[in-house]
Amino acid sequence: MYSAKIKVTLRKSILDPQGKAVEHSIQSLGFNNILDTRIGKYIELKIDTKSDEEARLVTDEVCRKLLANQVMEDYEFEVVSVNG
Amino acid sequence: MSKAKFGVVVFPGSNCDHDAYNTLKHILNQDTEFLWHKDSSIGNRNVIIVPGGFSYGDYLRCGAIARFSPIMKDVVRHASNGGVVIGICNGFQILCESGLLPGALLRNASLKFVCKNVTLNIVNKNTIFTSAYNGNGMVKPGKMVVPVAHGDGNYICDEDTLKSLNDNGQVVFRYEHNPNGAIDNIAGIINKTGNVLGMMPHPERASEEIVGSGDGRYLFESVINSVN
Repeated sequence: MYSAKIKVTLRKSILDPQGKAVEHSIQSLGFNNILDTRIGKYIELKIDTKSDEEARLVTDEVCRKLLANQVMEDYEFEVVSVNG
Repeated sequence: MSKAKFGVVVFPGSNCDHDAYNTLKHILNQDTEFLWHKDSSIGNRNVIIVPGGFSYGDYLRCGAIARFSPIMKDVVRHASNGGVVIGICNGFQILCESGLLPGALLRNASLKFVCKNVTLNIVNKNTIFTSAYNGNGMVKPGKMVVPVAHGDGNYICDEDTLKSLNDNGQVVFRYEHNPNGAIDNIAGIINKTGNVLGMMPHPERASEEIVGSGDGRYLFESVINSVN
């Protein structure tokens, strides 16, 4: 069994207004050294396989087909072996 | 009687399905039926409306789940064969997610849900969706006054796509005053073959003067005229 931890974020070239609004809030708290705040999604799922390679392939396919819209989003993930 | 047979798709969370049905069935006296998202066929319907709302609670991304519903497979097949499909608001988001239209819809630049009447410039009047806009009977001649009601209407696409949209006359509606940050003030686009329209504003909610504007009605009348 594998666990995939997936991050989906707006593409770097796209302005993230939510991140900007949160960044302004952080700065208004007095943290003036906080820059480039970006907000994304975190997704965890389990894959019933014994193969590291298959876990990666499946996760990548799921990201491409559903979890991320590559017109506006980038994704990255890691897979780790877990017990049942 | 026109040969148009409208089908209005109903997803869990659709909330403009009845507005579309009312406009088509009761105002324009068209043969209109609802299509349930679990149906796998559009049957004998030849104009499909993918309505506004919050299909599947907008989970993951607006329209991302709806595109995998059984009915959408047949809607995509219909569109690929040249069939007429109109996606309004959430329907526009679903058509982008389905790959029937290019680009995507981001969160409004203001981060606020916008709900108000907007004025649209009809950029391309040579489409099956706009041919009946001759200025008569409209609130502002040559323009279209319709409501928007969305949180994610900020249209985006890459530069090459934008160029090809403009070059091919695929931009149909532009906002006079941009309410959401959409690139190039884009409010509505068609696909390359001109049979699929997606737009954020709601023509089905502006089809009777009593609600403030009847401008949206001509969009459906254009389609009715085009189906022979």
